[in-house]
Amino acid sequence: MSDISLQAFMAQLTIGLIGGCFYAMLSMGLAIIFGLLNIINFTHGAQFMMAAFLAWIGLTQVGPWLGQPDLQVNFWLALVLAPALVAVFGMAIERTLLRRLYHLDHLYGLLLTFGVALVMEGGFRYFFGVSGQGYEPPEILQGPVDVGFMLLPKYRVFVVAASLLICLATWYLFERTKLGAYLRAGTENPRLLQAFGINVPVMITLTYGFGVALAGIAGVLAAPIMQITPLMGGSLLNIVFAVVVIGGLGSILGAMVTGLGLGLIEGLTKVVYPEASTVVVFVIMALALLLRPAGLFGREA
Amino acid sequence: MNSRHLFAGLVAGLLVVPLVPALIYPIFVMKVMAYGLFACAFNLLLGFTGLVSFAHAAFLGTAGYVTGALMIRLGAHPLGVPAAFAAGVAAAALVGFAIGGLAIRRRGIYFAMITLALSQIVYFLAVQFRWTGGEDGLQGIPRGTLFGLVDLSNDTAMYYVALALFVAGFLFIHRVVHSPFGQILQAVRDNEPRAVSLGYDAARFQLLAFVLSAAVAGYAGTLKALVFGLVSLNDVSLHTSTEVVLMTLLGGVGTLFGPLVGAALVVGLQNYLATIGDLVTVVIGLIFILCVSFFRRGVVGEWLHWRHRRAARTAPQSPQSSPVAEAA
Repeated sequence: MSDISLQAFMAQLTIGLIGGCFYAMLSMGLAIIFGLLNIINFTHGAQFMMAAFLAWIGLTQVGPWLGQPDLQVNFWLALVLAPALVAVFGMAIERTLLRRLYHLDHLYGLLLTFGVALVMEGGFRYFFGVSGQGYEPPEILQGPVDVGFMLLPKYRVFVVAASLLICLATWYLFERTKLGAYLRAGTENPRLLQAFGINVPVMITLTYGFGVALAGIAGVLAAPIMQITPLMGGSLLNIVFAVVVIGGLGSILGAMVTGLGLGLIEGLTKVVYPEASTVVVFVIMALALLLRPAGLFGREA
Repeated sequence: MNSRHLFAGLVAGLLVVPLVPALIYPIFVMKVMAYGLFACAFNLLLGFTGLVSFAHAAFLGTAGYVTGALMIRLGAHPLGVPAAFAAGVAAAALVGFAIGGLAIRRRGIYFAMITLALSQIVYFLAVQFRWTGGEDGLQGIPRGTLFGLVDLSNDTAMYYVALALFVAGFLFIHRVVHSPFGQILQAVRDNEPRAVSLGYDAARFQLLAFVLSAAVAGYAGTLKALVFGLVSLNDVSLHTSTEVVLMTLLGGVGTLFGPLVGAALVVGLQNYLATIGDLVTVVIGLIFILCVSFFRRGVVGEWLHWRHRRAARTAPQSPQSSPVAEAA
């Protein structure tokens, strides 16, 4: 393999790794929400999109709206504020709408979150159109960095590092802390946990907020890499569903490993057979269902 | 008034539609009939197995593409229409078998996600293949001549053929639901362990229901392709899969006439809302939220429930079962 093709190969692999980071963060959020609420959050993609839009609005729109063109909410502030806002919005929906459906078939929760996603996507499309918006990464992360064997844009290296950190921190929170133990207990038997004096309804709301915030962080991180459009989350969520089916929703670590792995495979496919890269995850899902119906890490839902 | 009288009344009403084109536009009615069958097919799955599919556009679209492609090539042949029709339905059933066979391997919450993901492959193939016309879709599909006798390019002739197909499709679904097979499906839906303990292979029955539902969705897709002479990527898109969920939910899951009412409402709504552009998605989303939150029985289901309660007040009766089941 010549030097240049190795360069191209590594570049595609890096792009795949970055995609994998987003799959990992989003499928972790889905797994967390599913664990406690027993619903598939079909709003996840719209919440990801909303955070990316909020970051863009903060950087480019808020100033002109308020008549102060110099006012900007910078990337670092957006990385905190946008996920927090999206999480609050999500928790409001959980409290007002989703909560009323817990005693019913999980079908209704699925359809409700799906409806909310439609409203959000349609709303953003109405106000901001379908053309993609760009987002400049912060100055300190612009330009390339030498990672030893090749030059990479600094921002991409940052995204990989940040998302791995977030994934590991989430894993630690859920698997190694007291709070995580409560959450896992809530997954197993919410009634018993309530009997021990834990306010389970509040815990459920906060868990939903946390899962949504993960989608929000992913959205802000994606803003400088992807085109910001109202549909960016929906199409990503389709792939994340396949990731979740392959990895199972039962394990946070499983969601993370599957997400990263499939991102890499997608990157490799771009080198070998670019046309198929958009469906390779779905094809792998079909194969996984044939060979390992219960999922790689999963337990049955 | 029982459902038999209601259906006879409906058919009688539909028979006179072409005589009063000033009152109601026959093309619109044909569209409602095609989408009504589509929603009935979806309801056969959701209402009687409790499984949600986000892949039904793949069946509608596949059948449409196959029928369209065949009609373009052999539309002039006297047997062109029935052959293209049968091929379309068979193709949809085949795709249904592939998607359903994979999705059924995982139960519960994963099912919907798998169908959604697999339908993306169908969409991708529809973009990639040449015979589907890629981004352009298939346009100018000839309606052909039925058995060399009836020229379907005449709107009135097409209308009565569409009506006959609609009635046949609807009666087929009615027959399936009320057959022993349909009873087993409902038994599996209401209490799967109990049905399994009685010796029924739950997954096999559900897969069969899925394939039947896909075939009827394909039947609707071929009808739609013939009537409009047009198949596009929108027909295999998630958007169309969403619409059929909405039609069924709005009309009443598990009811006989609910999907028809839902289809008529949604198709009518689209005609009115065509002017507001992007806000259509918002309106559809809001209807979803309202239906799920306050109106889970749907239009027909609420009406049946109201009648049931009124009857119960005069003569007390046993209460109803699960939320999906109660209007069946």
